[in-house]
Formats: sequence, C-alpha cells, structure tokens
Amino acid sequence: MAQVVTTETTPQSRSMFGRIPAAYWLFGAFLLVLPSFASNFVMYQIFGWSFILGMIALSLMFLAGYGGMFSLAQMTVAGLAGYVVAICGTSAITDISQNWPWYVNIPAALLIAAIFATVVGWLAVRTEGIYTIMITLAVASAFFYFTRQNYVLFNGFSGFNGVFPPQLFGVDWRHPVAFYYLSLFWAAFWYFAVLYVSRSPMGLALQGIRDNPRRMSALGFDVTAHRVAAYTFAAFPAAIGGILLTWQSAQISPGTAGVGPVIDILVIAVIGGLRHPVGPFVGAFVYVILKSFSIDILVALGLGGERFQLLIGLGFLVIVFWSPDGLLGLWAKLRDLHRRDPLIGRLVRRL
Amino acid sequence: MRRFARLHPWWSVWIAIATLVLLYLTFAIWPPWLIGLIGKKKLFLNSLFNGITLGSLYFLIASGFTLIFGLMRNVNLAHGSLYMMGGYIGYLIGDWTGYWLLAFPVAFMVVGLFGVILQYFVFRRMEGEDIRQTLVTIGISIVLADIMLWAFGGDFYNISPPSWLSGPIETIFVTGVKRSSGDLIYLKYPLVRLAIFAASLAIGLGMWLAINRTRIGMLIRAGVDDRDILSASGIRVQFVFVAVFAFGAGLAGMAGVVGGTFQSIAPGEDIRFLLASLVVVIVGGMGSIPGAALGAVIIGIAEQFGSVYFPTYAVVVTFLIMVLVLAFRPTGLLGRN
Repeated sequence: MAQVVTTETTPQSRSMFGRIPAAYWLFGAFLLVLPSFASNFVMYQIFGWSFILGMIALSLMFLAGYGGMFSLAQMTVAGLAGYVVAICGTSAITDISQNWPWYVNIPAALLIAAIFATVVGWLAVRTEGIYTIMITLAVASAFFYFTRQNYVLFNGFSGFNGVFPPQLFGVDWRHPVAFYYLSLFWAAFWYFAVLYVSRSPMGLALQGIRDNPRRMSALGFDVTAHRVAAYTFAAFPAAIGGILLTWQSAQISPGTAGVGPVIDILVIAVIGGLRHPVGPFVGAFVYVILKSFSIDILVALGLGGERFQLLIGLGFLVIVFWSPDGLLGLWAKLRDLHRRDPLIGRLVRRL
Repeated sequence: MRRFARLHPWWSVWIAIATLVLLYLTFAIWPPWLIGLIGKKKLFLNSLFNGITLGSLYFLIASGFTLIFGLMRNVNLAHGSLYMMGGYIGYLIGDWTGYWLLAFPVAFMVVGLFGVILQYFVFRRMEGEDIRQTLVTIGISIVLADIMLWAFGGDFYNISPPSWLSGPIETIFVTGVKRSSGDLIYLKYPLVRLAIFAASLAIGLGMWLAINRTRIGMLIRAGVDDRDILSASGIRVQFVFVAVFAFGAGLAGMAGVVGGTFQSIAPGEDIRFLLASLVVVIVGGMGSIPGAALGAVIIGIAEQFGSVYFPTYAVVVTFLIMVLVLAFRPTGLLGRN
C-alpha cells in the first residue's frame, strides 16, 4: 500500500539543538533529576537494570535492525566482558582474580569481548538469516556450558562474587545515585553512538547490505567485512553492559549468560522494537517492570506469583503476532491513526 | 560411493583408514601397550556404544527438526519443548496403563496433533517470514516450558522400561581375556539402549524409504527444492506442510519417550535437546535427513568420548566440531549449497 508520509520541513537556520522536539528535552531533564525524588530501589534496580539490559539489547538491535543479523550471542559477549573484569580485577575468589587496576582490566575486558564478537561474527556471517540465530544460539550455549565446567579460569558453577567497581574519584560507584548516573551515562552514550553510526557511511552501507547484499556487493562494497565490523562494533555496548551488570549484582556466574538470559535479550529487543535505538531501552524498561512487579500482576490475575515466564512469553507472542515492530511499531500505528485523514486514508500534516 | 571416491580421493583414504582403525579397536583384543595408552577396552566400547545410542536419540529429534526446516524454512526453536512434552505424556501413559510400548504411539499422536495446530493456526499465517516464525517459536517454547513447569513441577521423571527390556545383555564384543582361565570376557550392555538403537535405525530407514520411494516423499523432495513450483503445479502444498510438521513434531514427541526412558525428563531438558539438535543439524547439513543421521552419530560419539576422556572440555569438543564444519563447509557435511 502506498503511503504519503509528509516530512517535517525545518528551516536550515535553526540550530542543531533547536530541531530536537521539546518532549525529548523534557524526558532528558526528567532522567537527570530522577534521583532527587526516586527511591534507591527505583534508581538502582529499575532504572539501572533497564539501562544495562537496554545496552545489551541495543547491540542486538544494531545487528538485527540495521544489519538483519539476529545474533543471540550478544548476552554472551556481555557475560564474557563481565568475566574478564572479574578474572583480571578483584573478586572474592582470590585464587583466580589477578587484582589488576581498573585501567588495565576494563580495556582488557572490552578488547577480549570485541575479539570474541569478531570471531563469532566471522563464523555467523558465513551463513544468513535464520542460520545466524541457530549458530549464535549454539555459540551462546557452548559458552554457558563451558564456563559451568571450567574451574581453572571461570570458577565453574559458582562463578565469581564480590566483584565491585573501582572507587574512582572517591565515589562509591555502587551507591544507587552514582550507579544510576553511571549507567545513564553509558546508556545515553551508546544510544547516541548507535544513532550516529546508523547515519554514517558504514551504517548506511550496513542497511544497504541488509536490504540487498547482492546489489551492495555489485556496487563494490565488501559485504562480509561490513557484517563482521558490525559485530565488532556491537560488542562494545554489550561489553559495557556486561561489566555494569557484573558490578550491579557484584557477581557473575554461568547463569548470567545462560540460555534463558540470552533469549531474554532477544525478547527485550523485539518487544521494544528493532527500528530505532530507543526500542531496546523501552523493551528493557517493560521487561524490568514486569519482572519486578510480576508477582503483583499475576496475583491480581489469580495466578501463582512464579509464572513470570508465562507472562513474558505470552507478551512476546502477542507482540510478534500483532506488531512485528514491537512497542515502537504500536506507538507509530497509534500516532498515524490520529494523523490519518478520515476521508482519504492518508497521513496528513496538522498545521 | 565410487563417485565420492573419484571426487575426493584424499578424503576417501582418510575415511577408509579411520574405519579400519575403528574396526580394529572394536573387534581386536587390545594389546597391553594400547591399554596403557588410552585405557581399558571396556571403557572405550562403552563410550562408543553410548555415543551411538545417544546419537540415535539425537537423530530422532533432529530428523524432525531438519525435515521441517528443509521444507518450510521454519527453524522450529520449540522443537525441544515438543520433545519434553512427549516425554511427560509418555510418563503419564506409562504410569496410568503400565504399558511402555503404548507410550510411543500416544506421544507421537498427541504431539503430532499439537504440531498440526501450530502449523495450521500459527505458522501458516506468516509464511515466508522466516525471522518472524522463528521468533514465534521462541515465544511458544518459553510459554510451553513454563506451562510444563507449572503442571509437573521441577522433579525428575523417569519412564521405566518393561521388565523384558531391563537389565544388561551379553554382546559379541570382546573386552579382554581372563587372566586366570584364558576365557574371553564379553561386553555387557543394557538391552533397552540396543532396542532404542534398533528402533531409530528402523525409523531412519523407513523415513529414507518413504522419502525416496513414495509419492508423499516425492512431494516433500520437490518441496525442499522449490516449493513455489510445487504449489504452482497443482499440489495442495499446505497439506504437505501440515503432514510434515505433524510428523516432525510426532517424532520429537516419541524421542521424548525414548529420552525419558534412558535418561530423565526435567525442566531444562527442552533447551538441552534443542541445542543438541541445532548442533547436529548444523554439522550434518540443514534440511538433509542423511545429514541429520551423520551429524547425530558424530555429535553423540564426540559427546560421550569427550565426557569420558576429557571430562572438563566435553562441550568444547562438540563445539569445536561445529566450528570446524562451519569454517570449511558452511552448509554442513551433507548440506547442499
């Protein structure tokens, strides 16, 4: 169906900041002043966790939304980064942890995660579409079983506990307010970074490859190199998310990157929407809210409090069934409904 | 075979050498230096047989998976849940009626019927949208796993085989020589595992015959090659789809009974077997039933040998096989480009 979508014409004279709608400014200000009235639980558990899961899902959204590659290994990349921080930094498992300072172990974590993601990407891009899901799922589960069995490096089933962030600038980064701002900063950083990359030549080429790899190849683009590079780039938000996740719960174990969480990241990204980088954060917020308050919701529905998976699974099915673009798609539909002219059925611009 | 030998002479030589070594290791009485090198023959034979029987279980699951994938391009990530569903149904039937054999047709039919419902009401509505179908199967597996956890709890369920199948049987394979009398010692092996191996061999042969010799098999092969042309030539391709999905799901359900008999059914098994069938299908070649058989045996043997000879890195062995296959033959060992 052909649609006429009228674009907002903006005078070029307005500055870069002037073009951002007021609602965005308001939302940003709200996030910045949130610690002044929100409780520690809300800051640390709800928002902190949403930002972290959002970042990991963002890396999946980048690959899936712009590259058409549904990589289920993003949670594994995050988990690996968390493990490296625990192994190279400090933890309660003093036999294994190396006690290196933060300026060594964090770059090491990012580097190792990026190398791992590149190798996984190189393996996965040899195939396409649904095959990618299968291969990355196999990689993710191999990582899970390997960390569970390996005691020399990954400390097996129990993993590492007592992994705390460094006391940088004299701030306790696990304090709810500090952690809130830390996770907010990185979430915002990667949100804008992904937005920027999606409009850069590299991001545009990636979207071209998603739509028609053969044509892009004929135009002289190296399809494989772009795809592998996308995996490498997507490793970074996931790795930062993984490090923050490890600090937030002060522990990392095989279950952190088990098959359940791997699927959860996919669920989050799809529920939120894969069209725009804000989607994963929306999805993560919904997921965290559901997870935190599912007992109340389920009891209100007359079910047992432990049926969270059922709730999230049904929600996921409903979204995939009726709105493949996730909550963002639903929102766009509602907005268009409002804007649609009742007579001609087309989008019109309200003056 | 001759064609393969002409096309890949080196490969044929390696395969022949490997087969001879395997035959020697299986049938010969091991000299002491060999026992010193890799341990007792009994251990070797046991893990070889366990690997083959595990492989036959994997084959039962993966063949349905690969059939559904080959024909409908549907990566059914709920396949593990269908397996677990079959296991629970088999347990209930075995518990109520006391007939172990009855559990197989019932599990096959109930899970197959569920497959019909899934294909008819869910996947038919989103044909051609691979990714969306896959996402839906993930959602279904989450929901099914939680419903089964709700209904059966977190306990381990074990389906007990009937008395005429329980207990070990003496096989023809020699494990060693008695030092005192010079008599040969024969390997004892659980009968139920051998029965399961024979049954899956029969099912595999039956499937091969059905696909290569019957009309519906012809339709399936044509559909795997080009389903658009198949439907354009007047075949009601939706019927074929429903039948294949039901059959694949039913096989998974039957495999659940098998798995519940010689292992156990518990939450989390669905994911374990889903992953096993994923790896099997990736190694063997997606959409190919002989590939599923080959991959299943390779992965089953690798897993058993891995867990006996290098216990810490058993998973890595399986995974390495997958990586090697992907690196050199991205379409799998017997997959087509």
